[in-house]
Amino acid sequence: MFELSNETKEFIKKELGRYETKESAIIPSLYKVQEQNDGWVSDEAIHAMSEIMDIPVARINEVFHFYTMFNKKPVGKYHVQVCCNVACCMAGTRELFETFLDEHNAKEGEVTNDGRFTFTRVECLGSCDTAPMMQINEDYHENLTPESARQLLKELR
Amino acid sequence: MEVKILTEHYSDDNYRSLDGYKAKGGYETLKKAFSMKPEDIVAEVKASGLRGRGGAGFPTGVKWGFLPNNGEPRYLLCNADEGEPCTFKDRMMMEKAPHQLIEGMIISAFAIGSHKSYIYIRGEYVYAAKVLEKAIKEAYDAGLLGKNIMGSGFDHDLDVYRGAGAYICGEETGMISSLEGKKGQPKLKPPFPAVQGYLAKPTIVNNVETLAAVIPIIRDGAAAYRKNGTEKSAGTKLFSVAGDVNKPGNYEVPLGYKMIDLINNECGGVKGGKLKAAIPGGTSAPIITAEEIEKATLDYECLAEMGTMLGSGSIVIMNDTRCMVDMMKVISHFYHHESCGQCTPCREGTGWLHKLVTSVITGQAKLTDIDLLCEVANKMKGRTICALSDAAALPVLGIVPKFRDEFEFYIKEGYSKVRGKSHGQMHH
Ligand SMILES: Cc1cc2nc3c(=O)[nH]c(=O)nc-3n(C[C@H](O)[C@H](O)[C@H](O)COP(=O)(O)O)c2cc1C
Ligand code: SF4
Repeated sequence: MFELSNETKEFIKKELGRYETKESAIIPSLYKVQEQNDGWVSDEAIHAMSEIMDIPVARINEVFHFYTMFNKKPVGKYHVQVCCNVACCMAGTRELFETFLDEHNAKEGEVTNDGRFTFTRVECLGSCDTAPMMQINEDYHENLTPESARQLLKELR
Repeated sequence: MEVKILTEHYSDDNYRSLDGYKAKGGYETLKKAFSMKPEDIVAEVKASGLRGRGGAGFPTGVKWGFLPNNGEPRYLLCNADEGEPCTFKDRMMMEKAPHQLIEGMIISAFAIGSHKSYIYIRGEYVYAAKVLEKAIKEAYDAGLLGKNIMGSGFDHDLDVYRGAGAYICGEETGMISSLEGKKGQPKLKPPFPAVQGYLAKPTIVNNVETLAAVIPIIRDGAAAYRKNGTEKSAGTKLFSVAGDVNKPGNYEVPLGYKMIDLINNECGGVKGGKLKAAIPGGTSAPIITAEEIEKATLDYECLAEMGTMLGSGSIVIMNDTRCMVDMMKVISHFYHHESCGQCTPCREGTGWLHKLVTSVITGQAKLTDIDLLCEVANKMKGRTICALSDAAALPVLGIVPKFRDEFEFYIKEGYSKVRGKSHGQMHH
């Protein structure tokens, strides 16, 4: 059973009064709920949000499904998002991504068996001068080499 | 040569803090602005010739002048969504000089008579958002935001709003929808945001760099600002340069600067091969060839004459080891992924473009598909709610005719004319 933590509830209540319209609190609240729920938002969580926010489930879902940063299913402890747009692609991230999948016996977008990783290809993250780069959870990792990237993943436990 | 007007103090780490910013004359221009009449600030910005740095290049002062005088509250929204692929200047500006943006916004808000503004920042920029939030708190604590700022009698509240991963929220009406707590879908214009924007109230949307540029204009005057740049492209601009150059990064140069000089001087020359092509203004801008690069100057008019655009000022340099079919595949995937799906030509067209170019790489295309690509792209132009559809079509109409031989070779031989038989994961 999913329950909003007290901290999350407090956060949502504050956000509800922060903007001109209370619906503007949906995005910040989804972020908070995702943080509480190990990186993704479940249907139960949406219902809990609907109740405390007094906004219909369908209305929250509309927002939830539009934005790519809200995860619709569980993700690994480390969500490895590899930029495969122009500059990073030129710097070899597509090949890097394939090595990640191979080495971790992973499928794109699925949690690895040990629960550690989800690998996703993403669009430009605005860090092209430090290509190739990837984002792991909230942090940018830049100027990667195949070795440094693999080493980095090894160290994430 | 770089001319650092906005970025003058960016190498000073302390510039990020209120004290460090003030030590370099920060918030002095705000003080000056409060001694002026709001309409005179608008007139100065108009006279400076400043054009929007977010992509469309619309004259900022003129846009401000569109606000109706109907007594309704007005909103100022800073567009910090920075989703145009290969653009990374706004992120640097916010991370290095959050107070510069805040000061630029307060001056602009005072000029247009707005008491509430938001910085809409893309969700991925977590660090920049934290830097901004900290700076905003400092500004509130110092009486630079809130009620009766600097004893001027002017009230202004500023808040940060984080997006959550959608390129379309960079389009101003998509951004407004998103800020209103909805899907970030663009709205039909007119009405333009200046007349009916956020919460259907008069709203000015400006890019981060545009708002920061208001500071030197008010500090030094429009005439001084115009000392850099050309008649139609006034001032300096930040260019994000990436790809095959030795020193990628953000560079502030006067508009009208020669592109080849930027590549060779500031960026340390082309890396890994000979210069082949450049995307001059974000991926929405049609590609130009090495011969065109030699002639290109970085201003709105020259690039428009070449059939491309200055856009957001992000340049990707490609050397002669780059396969243009690959590049097109990456670009078309992006627009297909980011179409919000409201308009049929965009939703279907971006899908078709991506499918067609992928079929070239997987060996399933026919020679006639090259013309089909252009035909599809042509049908996507100018018939949708927002300009994403055009942004998806234009790169195709640049890359296909200019590098048609590469497409033909790929289809006939089944492998890339440039990179040979290694597929380089491009089939995914
Ligand atoms: C699909 C699309 C995406 C856009 N993305 C951005 C963006 O990320 N940042 C931005 O400042 N402008 C973006 N724009 C332009 C905005 O709609 C708007 O013109 C701009 O924010 C106005 O500010 P400016 O006049 O200061 O440039 C985009 C436009 C389109 C059509
Ligand atoms: S052109 Fe594309 S992105 Fe823009 S509103 Fe229409 S479907 Fe959405």
